Amino acid sequence: MGIIKAKNLLFEYIRRDEDGNVESINRAIDDVTLDVKKGDFVAVLGHNGSGKSTLAKHINALLVPTEGTLWFKDMNTTEEDNLWLIRQSAGMVFQNPDNQIVASVVEEDVAFGPENLGVPTKDIWTRVEESLNAVGMMEYRGHSPNKLSGGQKQRIAIAGIMAMKPECIVLDEPTAMLDPNGRKEVIRTVKELNKNEKVTVILITHYMEEVIYADKVYVMDDGKVVMEGSPREIFSNVEELKKYRLDVPQVTELAYELKKSGLAIPDGILTTHEFVDAIQKLRQQSW
Amino acid sequence: MSIIVDKLNYIYSPGTAYQKHALKDINLEITEGEFIGLIGHTGSGKSTFIQHLNGLIRGTSGSIYFNGQNIYDAGYNMKGLRSKVGLVFQYPEHQLFETNVFKDVCFGPSNQGLEALQVELRAYEALKMVGIDNSLLDASPFELSGGQKRRVAIAGVLAMKPEVLILDEPTAGLDPKGRDEILEQIAKLHKENKLTIILVSHSMEDVAKYVDRLIVMNRGEVAFNDTPRKVFAHYKELEKIGLAAPQVTYVMNELRMHGLPVSIEATTIEEAKEEILRVMKH
Repeated sequence: MGIIKAKNLLFEYIRRDEDGNVESINRAIDDVTLDVKKGDFVAVLGHNGSGKSTLAKHINALLVPTEGTLWFKDMNTTEEDNLWLIRQSAGMVFQNPDNQIVASVVEEDVAFGPENLGVPTKDIWTRVEESLNAVGMMEYRGHSPNKLSGGQKQRIAIAGIMAMKPECIVLDEPTAMLDPNGRKEVIRTVKELNKNEKVTVILITHYMEEVIYADKVYVMDDGKVVMEGSPREIFSNVEELKKYRLDVPQVTELAYELKKSGLAIPDGILTTHEFVDAIQKLRQQSW
Repeated sequence: MSIIVDKLNYIYSPGTAYQKHALKDINLEITEGEFIGLIGHTGSGKSTFIQHLNGLIRGTSGSIYFNGQNIYDAGYNMKGLRSKVGLVFQYPEHQLFETNVFKDVCFGPSNQGLEALQVELRAYEALKMVGIDNSLLDASPFELSGGQKRRVAIAGVLAMKPEVLILDEPTAGLDPKGRDEILEQIAKLHKENKLTIILVSHSMEDVAKYVDRLIVMNRGEVAFNDTPRKVFAHYKELEKIGLAAPQVTYVMNELRMHGLPVSIEATTIEEAKEEILRVMKH
């Protein structure tokens, strides 16, 4: 069994009036079953309101299912005794970097998590240094976080979670507010943590280019998982993705358009490199 | 309508330890009916700059001429300027506050001192311009989807009948379809309502697709000011200042390096497709 496993997960936001009568019910997650392998890099796509963030909040028990079950490391998230253990080991990073910084010095911000876990002071400093190194922010340890760029702040937020030695990081649109460089920094950091530290990564994003290195992609629509597969499998279905208000990377779309115009290019091209290869093969054939 | 920015400088907190020269000798001209993209990394001065254009921030030195008149002249009608130059901030939906969509859009024009009937007419018109259906007029702004909220917020600025519409990252946080919808709507405002548009964006793909002219800012200065095609040809310099070119520009450059005789000027999928087909069919 994987590190995260959901079975027939269902979640409803219930709105009540002043007397406590139910006014409306909004089913945000509708019968989701999934299994995430430890150490995987998993991406979740879906339009605004498709249920991605609600699903993410189930992983570390910020929300608990209305029906069905979610297990994190075999621990049922509805059992209160598990909460502490689950949240230690599944960290979350949110969209807005400014909402996640608590201290006035970078290293103190990173130390906040382990401090709350009751880690001995000596070990806290080791952890802070390891985490700052892991996200490439060691030289900023004594800086004030508010002087950093958006991408740097997100890396500090990630370091804060790494210092708790989690097995899994859930990132909910961590790059939505960043410029192109900031986006690259954050994604590179996440990829490295996944590879070097073997942290399981759940990345929620609207940027299709950030997804191409994932081991597995889930696409959500209307609270349901409607597509799952490798990036190549998912991005081979350009029309289906557009139906779910999504997109494909520009190079994938270019290849798809050329194929429609009669060039024999394979489906699911993901990178510039693959694209150039495909075109070169075509030229060699025609000679 | 024309805007001329002449040797504009802005210094934050002058004379203190936090002093920062945020805008350095900016010279620019914006003419009626242009669709301009403004790009630059976080902290490059984009947001500071656009707030000068409607007088929210006053330059430390230099001048801005709106329709030939210096807005820093004594007695200049700043309130009038602010209704001609409409500014849509980042995440404008955070500024929605009324109990229903219609009232929220009425807020701007009613502050311009118009009569009630006029205000309502403008609100209707503005909501129509951004594609908000009449059935939503009585809804609470907070019940709408992210994309709808943002369109209502843009309508609130349009209802003041600006001649220039400045949007600061209007698509941040929206899904791909929502992003396309907002941009199409803006392109339509530009085409049909003849609005001059300044679009601040972090998406190179988006500016490549829509704008006529691209202004690139770096460390408070204008680094490039040309058509997207010409600007993105400098992709290596753009990378050095924290930006990039659209992915198709890289594709075309790679193809060229591998001996395919394509022009490297394409910046949109459509252009790249035509160019590759042209070369491959030979």
